[in-house]
Amino acid sequence: MADFWRRYRRNRAAVFGLVVIILIIIMALTASLFYPNDPFRLMGKPLSGPLTNGFLLGSDSLGRDVASGIVHGAKTSLLIGFVATIVSVFIGIFFGAFAGYFGGRVDDSLMRVTEIFQTIPSFIFAILLVAIMKPSIGSIVIAIAVVSWPGVARLVRGEFLALKNREFVQACHTLGMSDFRIMLREILPNCLSPIIVVGSLMVATAILIESGLAFLGLGDPNIMSWGFLIGAGRTMLRSAWWVCTFPGVAILITVLAINLIGEGLNDALNPRLKERQ
Amino acid sequence: MTRSSKIFRYVGKRLLQGVPIIIAIVVINFFLLNLAEGDAVDVLAGEAGSATPEYMEQLRKRFGLDQPLPVQLMVYLKNVLSLDLGYSFRHEMPVNALIFDRFAATGLLMTSTIILAVGFGILLGLLAAMRLNTWKDNIITVFALITYATPLFWVGLMMIVVFSLNLGWFPTSGMTNVAAFYEGWDYVVDVSRHLVLPTITLSLFYLALYTRMMRASMLEQYGQDYVVTARAKGLTERRITYVHVLRNALLPVVTMAGVQVGALIGGSVIVESVFAWPGLGMLAFESLFARDLNLLLGIFLLSSMLVVAVNLIVDIIYCFLDPRIEVN
Repeated sequence: MADFWRRYRRNRAAVFGLVVIILIIIMALTASLFYPNDPFRLMGKPLSGPLTNGFLLGSDSLGRDVASGIVHGAKTSLLIGFVATIVSVFIGIFFGAFAGYFGGRVDDSLMRVTEIFQTIPSFIFAILLVAIMKPSIGSIVIAIAVVSWPGVARLVRGEFLALKNREFVQACHTLGMSDFRIMLREILPNCLSPIIVVGSLMVATAILIESGLAFLGLGDPNIMSWGFLIGAGRTMLRSAWWVCTFPGVAILITVLAINLIGEGLNDALNPRLKERQ
Repeated sequence: MTRSSKIFRYVGKRLLQGVPIIIAIVVINFFLLNLAEGDAVDVLAGEAGSATPEYMEQLRKRFGLDQPLPVQLMVYLKNVLSLDLGYSFRHEMPVNALIFDRFAATGLLMTSTIILAVGFGILLGLLAAMRLNTWKDNIITVFALITYATPLFWVGLMMIVVFSLNLGWFPTSGMTNVAAFYEGWDYVVDVSRHLVLPTITLSLFYLALYTRMMRASMLEQYGQDYVVTARAKGLTERRITYVHVLRNALLPVVTMAGVQVGALIGGSVIVESVFAWPGLGMLAFESLFARDLNLLLGIFLLSSMLVVAVNLIVDIIYCFLDPRIEVN
């Protein structure tokens, strides 16, 4: 662990990203402390500029506080980003592990399915899924997970293919361990580092997809999110640039920080994995 | 066997490989259609305002919706293969007519985006690789990092704020100036002016991606043995870079450009709805609001097929670019 931290620390941009993300998480957790009111509530004069009428970052066309929306929206973005990534990493591990470990016909059929999901234009697929299931946190998480698992599946399959003929796995076979146990307890822990790196970058992508969906009006209607703020403000672009601008900056900073962390994890965990998509 | 006939056979084989993928996509489409609440008859009845249960039953029979699911699937497959994608009740037009109507605008946007992203990506990547670790290289790296993290729709809106509202250089939305009925050359100029901001917005991400790929690819090629040979032969660095390294470094970028087409279509939904560019993406956005599922599914199906087709084309181009690739 100390070794890991020493290698991570060497990448200064990654340390910076980590600090930023911790600050954003604190902001999300203490949202109700600084802005106790519902972010959808009208707080004052509509279309007030930044630093006027008691608004730090201005208000939108209905008099909602943009700063409050950003602080409360942080919860939504981070939550959906993390949960969707965890779900899709699980799907990816499942497909990749079975394909890589058993090979042959299992591999062929599972990889065919993966290929189909990789061919489908993912953002349109996500739009379609959310539209059909009706927008809610659950449907957004499912949609993001469904479109982002193939990358993990390919990665895990590759790792399993490389590891399954190693001596320690053969030793397990001789000991009479079951396939399932070998996969879960012996091989999987050995390929966790690339999964963690890819997963951290997927959180960033998930946040971007979520904001895009919310921008198109496919966000959960009861929950404040950054994409929703921008989508609601776009018609007022001419008279109130701040409504769209600040939530976008929030997305940019968050995603950038997560990407920097991902690169730092990559340096610290596996110097082998250079490519990042 | 000659090389050309080998390539011919290869194309045939790749075409056959595309068929199961397309069928699978059609099947997914069918199940999504069935997953949605209500069927076409509910929509029709809702549009009409009132319908008796008996009448709805009759309609279901006429559309074949009373058949078991596998039979319906077969009918659906047959319809899609004969390019019948159903009927949009909002637009009162067949879906395929609507889609073909809007296809040209999206085609134009995507073509200009690919040219801009690939062209400048290669240029910037080349520059970064040749000026490794200088300020130019660093600026390009930082630019790529920021672009990776910026949501597309936000870039579009900020472009509008800066270049349309404040500077007034480019129009805010649409594809043509509706008030002026331009013809001939004026029309071309008008469309190009409208095209600038959407193209830049959509291409920024890919520009960053190709720049980084090109840089990495160039650096990898510089380390190869043939570069040492070329130096030993006494070739100038210029010649080595432009004639030997560049050509080999281009290959992975071309592959990537093909792979990214699916994502590009997704991006065009966002960019077109920001700039009200009247293409397929805008149509998808409108159908979302109108709850016009038939239309949305049609767009989804078509864009998936487009990705399959483009991947095939890239594979074929690749064969010509790199004679080392085994075609059989």
